[in-house]
Amino acid sequence: MSAELTPKQRMAIPRVAMPEQDAQERSGKFCEVNLGLGEAAAIEEARRCLQCRNRVCVEGCPVAVRIPEFVGFVAEGDFKAAAKILREDSALPAMAGRVCPQERQCEAKCIRGLRGQPVAIGWLERFVADWAQQHLAPPSPPARRTGYKVAVVGSGPGGLTAAGELARMGHEVTVFEALHAPGGVLRYGIPEFRLPKRTVDAEIANLQALGVKIECNVVVGKTLTIQQIMQEFDACFIANGAGLPVFLNIPGENLKGVYSANEYLTRVNLMGAYLQEAGGTPVARGPVAVVFGGGNTALDAVRTARRLGSERAILAYRRGRDEMPARIEEVHHGQQEGIEFMFLVNPLEILGDQEGWVRAIRLQRMELGEPDASGRRRPVPVEGSNFELEADLAIVAIGTRANPLLTATCPELKLNKWGNIEVDHRQMTSIPGVFAGGDIVRGGATVILAMGDGKNAAAAIDEYVRGRPKR
Amino acid sequence: MFEIVRNDILAPQVHRLVVKAPRVALARKPGQFVIVRLREGAERIPLTIADADPQAGTITLIIQAVGPSTQEMVATPAGAALRDVAGPLGRPTEIHRWGKVVCVGGGVGTAVLYPLAKALAEAGNQITTIIGGRSAAYVILRDELARFSRQVLVTTEDGSLGTQGLVTASLAEILADPQRRPDAVFAVGPAPMMQAIAEQTRPLGIKTIVSLNPIMVDGTGMCGGCRVTIGDRIKFACVDGPEFDGHLVDFAELQHRQNTYREADCRLERRLRELKAQHQP
Repeated sequence: MSAELTPKQRMAIPRVAMPEQDAQERSGKFCEVNLGLGEAAAIEEARRCLQCRNRVCVEGCPVAVRIPEFVGFVAEGDFKAAAKILREDSALPAMAGRVCPQERQCEAKCIRGLRGQPVAIGWLERFVADWAQQHLAPPSPPARRTGYKVAVVGSGPGGLTAAGELARMGHEVTVFEALHAPGGVLRYGIPEFRLPKRTVDAEIANLQALGVKIECNVVVGKTLTIQQIMQEFDACFIANGAGLPVFLNIPGENLKGVYSANEYLTRVNLMGAYLQEAGGTPVARGPVAVVFGGGNTALDAVRTARRLGSERAILAYRRGRDEMPARIEEVHHGQQEGIEFMFLVNPLEILGDQEGWVRAIRLQRMELGEPDASGRRRPVPVEGSNFELEADLAIVAIGTRANPLLTATCPELKLNKWGNIEVDHRQMTSIPGVFAGGDIVRGGATVILAMGDGKNAAAAIDEYVRGRPKR
Repeated sequence: MFEIVRNDILAPQVHRLVVKAPRVALARKPGQFVIVRLREGAERIPLTIADADPQAGTITLIIQAVGPSTQEMVATPAGAALRDVAGPLGRPTEIHRWGKVVCVGGGVGTAVLYPLAKALAEAGNQITTIIGGRSAAYVILRDELARFSRQVLVTTEDGSLGTQGLVTASLAEILADPQRRPDAVFAVGPAPMMQAIAEQTRPLGIKTIVSLNPIMVDGTGMCGGCRVTIGDRIKFACVDGPEFDGHLVDFAELQHRQNTYREADCRLERRLRELKAQHQP
């Protein structure tokens, strides 16, 4: 049994490899790249965990999953016990196991990583969550109900996490979603090949089994206001994301064939443009696609373009490879799929043809100067280095800003100068009982940070409503 | 699901749907729109809310069947339902007491014009309405508009109803008459019509408001697909519009962008042929 392994024996086990779809084959398809670990591989990987007394990996997790415990049960082959821990600690383990930047969080802290490779915590999380989905009944609502009603605005990772936590505490939770399907960025942003929609559906079904109600097509700020919501609910958690795309502000950005990454990915993921169904949503295709940016969204967009038939799918980033904020695994997968990485280039102009379609991009070469406020070396232009790159599609993936749709109709909400909602240490806004988290507070962040906010806000909301008289 | 209470034919390929959407009916103001999806897998389509009955919890949508999605939508009978209706979206019309206002509607643009003309009339403006269509059958909402307009002028391209010609000719007559010259013009229709009207009123300095219909996906500002150039600034029609100062709109760009998906397949084929030719000289 694993319990009998000595630390030395554990240290001798090499990190497991993730089985993947063949890169050549998958570059034209939308099926998931990572196939997931088998049971034997998962047990072997879990046995690498040293079960440290000082649980630094847990500190690295924004939702504080009890990592050594669940990994310990996997090592013993008790997947059911492992799943119980995951379900208690995270509302969306199958998603987090797939899209978290583990290499900067739990796995970055893993003591085994000091000498060699850290335990593959993300892959084990995914394994356990997928196993639970196949083998366990969905969770059931808690027997004890508090009678308090909480509204959640937005069904992305932050909103869903808060909803799950609050439902397990016995509160009556309603989630309002603006789009026609729940999931937020998990649905419209992250592509099928990285996060299959059936995984999203399954985790949302689990939340509904817990008693969470989800109402789609409710655009808070338009269909309902925060004031109206607070007349009906004891508290509210705003997690509507940072949905306003930022453009480059260069000439040619309104040519046909230029997309924000949000639009491009929404057409493909949420609207299913890649299925090419009659009466469905179209998306433009072209032999050469150029994506501007260096984050996960840029990689998602460029890998999507490749799958939609672009012979050259180019990621153009103004800094260098080491400065890319994208997950390492995605960069690696992109390389396998034939994505061209063009570093230290800055777009100056998008050039069009006579019919108003993108024809080429005029770029400028950059070099790295002194570090800027983000700690990354600032790119500076190289004089006289301009060049043209033939292109059919240009996709802008340089970030998003706070969408004023909700905040504009709720002037009592205090905002910072970028339009993000200000919150206190409990994540409460300037309106008592109204909490906020995720991108609408942080600006552009990650799925797991939004989930962390959702979890923390749920605890604060629980405390807040319990201090109030029942309606 | 949003039940279709009524489905009436207004003109060839133009239907009026009354749909149960209580929250939208309550929150809606003139000039706003909804995004509608008929069924799973269907496109999201922006449609102006032509009218609403908050008591009955219904909204009225006027839909022209121009493509497969709208064809399918108008063919859906009363009693059936639309899968998704989200809204009200966009900014409401800014209703001022302008004085004399000319409202111009071209084709199904008349359906978009109707709620704002009605609101302008209710605010005490004197409304003259000009509506046009290809032929008599395509002229819609004439009686409805007549209820609050001082005068309704009709133009048809074939002369089968009203004056033969375009709406711009009737507007030119009004503009030429100092007695009838309006304080503001509201124009809704195809982009070339709105552009022509903006050019008619520009030299006279008459405030001209147009309602734009670029391609949209989410309708909440998330995708930026509906971006339009207004003066020297980029605006999102879904959250900053859909109504803008007609004298500032880049109509040529709007028309180009509206054609994106009509041209996309042809363009892809042409590009692939070009590249193939390059590889095999």
